[in-house]
Amino acid sequence: MTDTLRRFFDSDVWWSFTRSPITIISAIVALICILGAVFAPWIAPHNPFDLASLNLLDAFKPPAWTEEGERAYLLGTDDQGRDVLSAIMYGARVSLLVGLSATLFATTLGVTLGLLAGYLGGKLDALLMRICDVQLTFPSILVALLIDGVVRAALPREVHDQIALFVVIFAIGISEWPKFARTVRGSTMVERNKEYVQAARVIGVSPPRIMLSHVLPNVLGPVLVIATLNLGLAILSEATLSFLGVGVPATQPSLGTLIRIGNDFLFSGEWWITIFPGVTLIAMVLSVNLLGDWLRDALNPKLR
Amino acid sequence: MPAALDLEFSPLFAFIISRILQALPVMLTVALISFAMFAYVGDPVAIMLGQDFTEAQRQALVQDLGLDQPFWVQFGTFIGNAIQGEFGLSYRLSRPVSDLIAERAPATLELAFCAAAVALLIGVPMGVYTGLYRHSWLSRFFLTFSLIGVSLPVFLIGILLILVFAVWLGVLPSFGRGDTVKLGWWSTGFLTWTGIKALVLPSITLGLFQLTLIMRLVRAEMLEVLRTDYIKFARARGLPNRAVHFGHALKNTLVPVITIVGLQLGAIIAFAIVTETVFQWPGMGLLFIQSVNQADIPVMAAYLLLISALFVTINLIVDLLYYAVDPRLRLGRGQGAH
Amino acid sequence: MAAQNPLLEVRHLRVEFPTRRGTLVALDDVSFTISAGEVLGVVGESGAGKSMTGAAIIGLLEPPGRIAAGEILLDGRRIDNLRYEDMRRIRGKDIGAIFQDPLTTLNPLYTVGRQLAETMTTHLPITPAEARKRAIGWLDLVGIPAAAQRIDSYPHEFSGGMRQRVVIALALCAEPRLIVADEPTTALDVSIQAQIIALLKSLAREKGTAMMLVTHDMGVIAETADRVAVMYAGRIAEIGPVRNVVKQAIHPYTVGLMGSIPPLDRRVERLAQIDGAMPRLSAIPKGCAYNPRCPKAFARCTEDRPDLLPAGATQAACWLYAGEGKTNG
Repeated sequence: MTDTLRRFFDSDVWWSFTRSPITIISAIVALICILGAVFAPWIAPHNPFDLASLNLLDAFKPPAWTEEGERAYLLGTDDQGRDVLSAIMYGARVSLLVGLSATLFATTLGVTLGLLAGYLGGKLDALLMRICDVQLTFPSILVALLIDGVVRAALPREVHDQIALFVVIFAIGISEWPKFARTVRGSTMVERNKEYVQAARVIGVSPPRIMLSHVLPNVLGPVLVIATLNLGLAILSEATLSFLGVGVPATQPSLGTLIRIGNDFLFSGEWWITIFPGVTLIAMVLSVNLLGDWLRDALNPKLR
Repeated sequence: MPAALDLEFSPLFAFIISRILQALPVMLTVALISFAMFAYVGDPVAIMLGQDFTEAQRQALVQDLGLDQPFWVQFGTFIGNAIQGEFGLSYRLSRPVSDLIAERAPATLELAFCAAAVALLIGVPMGVYTGLYRHSWLSRFFLTFSLIGVSLPVFLIGILLILVFAVWLGVLPSFGRGDTVKLGWWSTGFLTWTGIKALVLPSITLGLFQLTLIMRLVRAEMLEVLRTDYIKFARARGLPNRAVHFGHALKNTLVPVITIVGLQLGAIIAFAIVTETVFQWPGMGLLFIQSVNQADIPVMAAYLLLISALFVTINLIVDLLYYAVDPRLRLGRGQGAH
Repeated sequence: MAAQNPLLEVRHLRVEFPTRRGTLVALDDVSFTISAGEVLGVVGESGAGKSMTGAAIIGLLEPPGRIAAGEILLDGRRIDNLRYEDMRRIRGKDIGAIFQDPLTTLNPLYTVGRQLAETMTTHLPITPAEARKRAIGWLDLVGIPAAAQRIDSYPHEFSGGMRQRVVIALALCAEPRLIVADEPTTALDVSIQAQIIALLKSLAREKGTAMMLVTHDMGVIAETADRVAVMYAGRIAEIGPVRNVVKQAIHPYTVGLMGSIPPLDRRVERLAQIDGAMPRLSAIPKGCAYNPRCPKAFARCTEDRPDLLPAGATQAACWLYAGEGKTNG
């Protein structure tokens, strides 16, 4: 364990991390976002879902540093008197949850299918790659929208509201898997023909074991990079769906939902209701993207 | 020399035919999905009949819609109708879907055109510049800007632009198309001042994300090409930088860039949904999102088919551009001898 | 040294690559000359610095590599410190280059005729029509059949050997006085290698072009070169007339190198081999770089670095030949 740690701190990846101030800042911002989201129920100043504590008299309070602001509501309040900061923390929780789950889902599906296609080849490979091709022609947001729309049409409203979160995760995940499958398939085909895999085959190691213990570790680097960049994209997709009003249910508002709600008050001057969730969303996605960019460069010294 | 003309044209013709044949299964798959949605999602009969109906009325409607026919017969009818532009009635608006789409299409296409122009005319030169002078401070600035660009969701760009230019400065409209002029069935916003003003913010909103993406991809391609042996050899031959960069490098980046741009045009159509929602732009995207919200399946199915037809067309054009740029695709020319 | 300047003179050239783990010295104190019309062979293992020397001469070192010390003179004029634009005018016009892999050296999107013509119109005061006429002439000269028809063909319509002929035409078409040929036959089929070398040799002789021929093929050197430089770990180990280096090698490394080539005129039980491997640039030993592998190494070899010293008909960087051993230190 200590040995692994020491190797990590001696590695090029760690070295390039310490040399990149932007990356360090991104990591800190991402960490703040994640911690704020995860511990929201304990550290948020108010509970935005506790209807009893809401008071319409507190509605539309501007941020604390403005003249009419109140110290209790650092980033102001929305139309129902909800504390914007607390709503953001709870919203980021939903955004992160959906983004991470969707990415995990897409990664698992894409890596599995990519390994199978690359290792087994033949008809399965041809079929899977054809599906990838077709799906990649369609922007992922459109695929996600369609799936969401179809499920919405197929299920009664009450049922749909209950499983809306899973539908969004599924829709985003399924729209992103081809990227993983393609990369993994490509690397798998390269690895499969290498001598050590051939040797493993000759001595009778079973195909599933070869894939898991020999091929998989070799494709993890690129998968990690795509997954990181995809996390930013998934969070954006969720926000976009929620902004369009077809994403997460209104009872569990994500950052996208908050922005949509706040958007109605933009013209009447209550900009903070929409801008602060927006800034949080940008900070979160930007830091994740910067980390992904750095990771790609660090794992691919050739690209620099 | 008619014979020579024949030889020049036939490979191109064969190329187009093969690409269309390749696109056909895709279109059929999409049609099948659309039809499956149309036929099995929700209950069109119940939706169209409303609250009070007799069993006889129901039977009559089922027969009328052909829902008692076998699956493949229904699918055939669906495709036949779709080819004639017939998609049935919208559940929500009780009007022919084809009329709805014809009304909305010009708004979306004009918006997409302007956004694509913004993305290409600014994105490609920026990409070339950052690829060539990757250590200049301007390149670093562009790159930072592009990273923020790809991290900004389209709807937030729209909201920020509205806040600044419509709410605070009050110089540009925040919603709608302004005044439009009818040219036959096409309504255009290009011919009036308010129409043009109304296009500015939505076009920037829709184009900005694509712009940053195109810039980054052109830059990456440029860097890739600049590393190749033939560029080094072009330098070793003493060619001026201008010839190396714009004659040799840029032309070689064109092939991948064309692909990307083709894909991005598809993305522009998709993200038009978001932009149209933010700006209440009366296009197909707004129609689509309203249909998704209300489970208006006929509109969704028609939109899906139309979009995929558009994508297939874009892909065909992309392939033709390839053909024009890359001599290696032009088979049947030259002897290929050793 | 003769009163007349040599065509190319490289003096104490040092090329460095700054990296995160310190500066790597890729070329260290490399000096040699090439006279007009002369063919200098440069041999050595991969990574010995052969190609790097060529890249430094044509002024196209890959960044972050840079010339840290020394000078390169063409006709007595320094060219290593020229501005990019001035050096560009020399490339192609005074110094031509041939790269290793003809499959990747030609721009796939332009016809060979266009690539030839643009090279000539860049450097010579001729019209495009004249350039095209000369391009056909060059293709013909390098042995492309039906040159007038093939001039409008794209590179992918030629085989590898034919493409290398086109590359040779491109390198020679502005009539440079020096060609830097970096392993011009390594990527080709064995059966074609001899043809290409023969072509290069005859063209160089015909046009009076000097050549720096980088290769790891001693056969090519023996056949083509007038003089030969043996490189090891970024330094020149031995340099001299080709016959002497091949037949009476002085430096133990050259001896080992020659011993590892199967002779054609007699049978040997087993070929000699050099133990170990060339050191990485980050771990070049103190003293003579070859000392850990050298069968004749003695104390001084691990302490001081030998300079090139006259030894018989050649010059060798080896303490075995340092006069009485200490006078030249």
